[in-house]
Amino acid sequence: MSLRRFILHRILSIVPILFGVSVITFGLFHLTPGDPISQMVALNPDITAAEEARIRAQYGLDGPVYQQYMTWMGNVLTGDFGTVIKNNREVSAVVMARLPETIALGLFGWAFGLIIAIPTGIYAAVNKGKLGDTASRFVALSGISIPNFWLGLMLILIGALWLDLWPVLAPSRLPLWHPKMLWYLILPGLTIGTASAASIMRVMRTSMAEEMNKEYVTAARAKGLPERQVVLKHVLRNSLISVVTLAATLTASIVAGSVVVEVVFNWPGLGKEFIDAINAREINLLMAITLFTGVFIILANLLADILYAALDPRIRYE
Amino acid sequence: MSTKRGRIRISGFDADQVESRDPLSDWTADSEVTTESRWRRGWKRFKRNRSAMVGVAVVAVLSIAALLARPITVAGVPIQPIALAPYEPSTILYLQDPTVEVYDPPSLSHPMGIDDSGRDLFSRILYGGRYSISIGFVVVVLTAGFGTIYGAVSGYYGGWVDEIMMRIVDTIYAFPGLVLALIIVTILGGGYWQLVLAFTVFGWASYGRLVRGEVLSIKENEYVMAAKALGARDRWVILRHIIPNAIPPLLVVASLNIGTVVIGVAALGFLGLGMPPGTAEWGTMLDATRETLIQGPDGQIPWWATVYPGMAIFLFVMAMNMIGDGINDALDAQAATMDDQGGA
Repeated sequence: MSLRRFILHRILSIVPILFGVSVITFGLFHLTPGDPISQMVALNPDITAAEEARIRAQYGLDGPVYQQYMTWMGNVLTGDFGTVIKNNREVSAVVMARLPETIALGLFGWAFGLIIAIPTGIYAAVNKGKLGDTASRFVALSGISIPNFWLGLMLILIGALWLDLWPVLAPSRLPLWHPKMLWYLILPGLTIGTASAASIMRVMRTSMAEEMNKEYVTAARAKGLPERQVVLKHVLRNSLISVVTLAATLTASIVAGSVVVEVVFNWPGLGKEFIDAINAREINLLMAITLFTGVFIILANLLADILYAALDPRIRYE
Repeated sequence: MSTKRGRIRISGFDADQVESRDPLSDWTADSEVTTESRWRRGWKRFKRNRSAMVGVAVVAVLSIAALLARPITVAGVPIQPIALAPYEPSTILYLQDPTVEVYDPPSLSHPMGIDDSGRDLFSRILYGGRYSISIGFVVVVLTAGFGTIYGAVSGYYGGWVDEIMMRIVDTIYAFPGLVLALIIVTILGGGYWQLVLAFTVFGWASYGRLVRGEVLSIKENEYVMAAKALGARDRWVILRHIIPNAIPPLLVVASLNIGTVVIGVAALGFLGLGMPPGTAEWGTMLDATRETLIQGPDGQIPWWATVYPGMAIFLFVMAMNMIGDGINDALDAQAATMDDQGGA
């Protein structure tokens, strides 16, 4: 299969999954006892029955469920996610305003993960069984096991309260591109990146150790290449492929992590918005963010698969 | 070698030569040595794994501490009379003892200090394991059970059944487990069984995918064909021949999954959406909706109120992951590691 056909094939295969994601998003909020409107009514006892019926009709919630789904899907496909009830803003505008904050956090976390994990993984695989390897394995296991919200709290406790390097909360929010924001990004970025760093470290170590036993390594050594070049040029390239396969799952974990970490650091991203929307029962906003999360992770998966197939042509023939 | 007419003459064949050849495999019919089962061999390797045994010890200590923290009575009948924890987890101490104040630092009588409402943190942490640990185990049993059946059916029947069942799993995979659990808890409200449900409704997907993969490879074995040839029913083949062989990787994922669920439950508690506020659950003790979480009144820093509950979660999950790694090494179920799971 050529790469182009593979990509086409994969893109077609996500269509039913995208449909499924929209069904789950819709179903979660509509098939449960108490649809959005009755929850809204429960929160505002002043609403009369006539008003309730009018709101239902306005949101297309007076028909059968499949019809409601069609209405919602039709609106979503034209970019209309409804409005935030509290302040009457467009949901899509709110999402777009918050998105860069979360992306900045996620990118920082990713970068931190790669920068820490790849050298450590190489070191551990080359020195397998020695003290450094054991220590780095222990650190990686801790990184996977530590609850991210607690890690965030501990970083605030140490970095902000004891060492006084950061303010507990940024005193006034500067725009995201301001160079000073990079400093404020460090603690939440570390918090969100730790789990991915630990995962990458473990995978790097295993796959490097596996590659080291292959015959091409013996061949490279036999032709007199220095060990450094064998490891960094030959082994590393092949083991990085396994990090790419990890990319999709890590993206999901960073997205989930952002929900919690943004609350810890009061970071005004999509995750924080999601929790605020839960507390305020902003169903339109919740549905939009849920749908967005699902689509984003599907696309990340797609990208990782394509990258994987481009790096390792064998995968296209399976 | 005398030959008759019409017979094919075979040359270069010497029966003695064949006898002296190396056997194709090292296998000999040795009736003296009883073969060890895979489980016994795995258990022996597991016992030699030091970090796995440390994990077992920590999990055992935390679980027993939670069980013995306060007496348990079922319908008025005491079934567990021991009380390791010095105080009831919800007792507000300054009401009884005027020397105790809110946010008293750790001391001999209160080894982990006093929390924001004047309750003994040590007692609360011992007791708190009851929620986190039991939810972790219950969820994993439920999800692994359902996921195994789902995956086995999907992989065994194949074809369009498999296609549809796996697209459903793919769809669930598009959402982080924590986000789905958050939504479910939002709809159902907090509480013990609500939390169990929140992590069970979609949590089985990873087991479904794993077991399906195992079934696809196990299905190719001759013993499955033999069982079918003997007229075994589908249900029998799946339950007696396929599932038992898919268990080792399942066990690895399950042991790692307990940690993931415990962190997830704690995260919901931290967000104020898990157990009712004030419950002595590890995550709820770190409830972010409280203003004085990190910085106490008059600028003091009651670090013990945040350090110890988180430490309990961390210790338990770390121990669980050490056990999982140990099982992985012992049963050599390379296919599954915790890195395939995503995470909370």
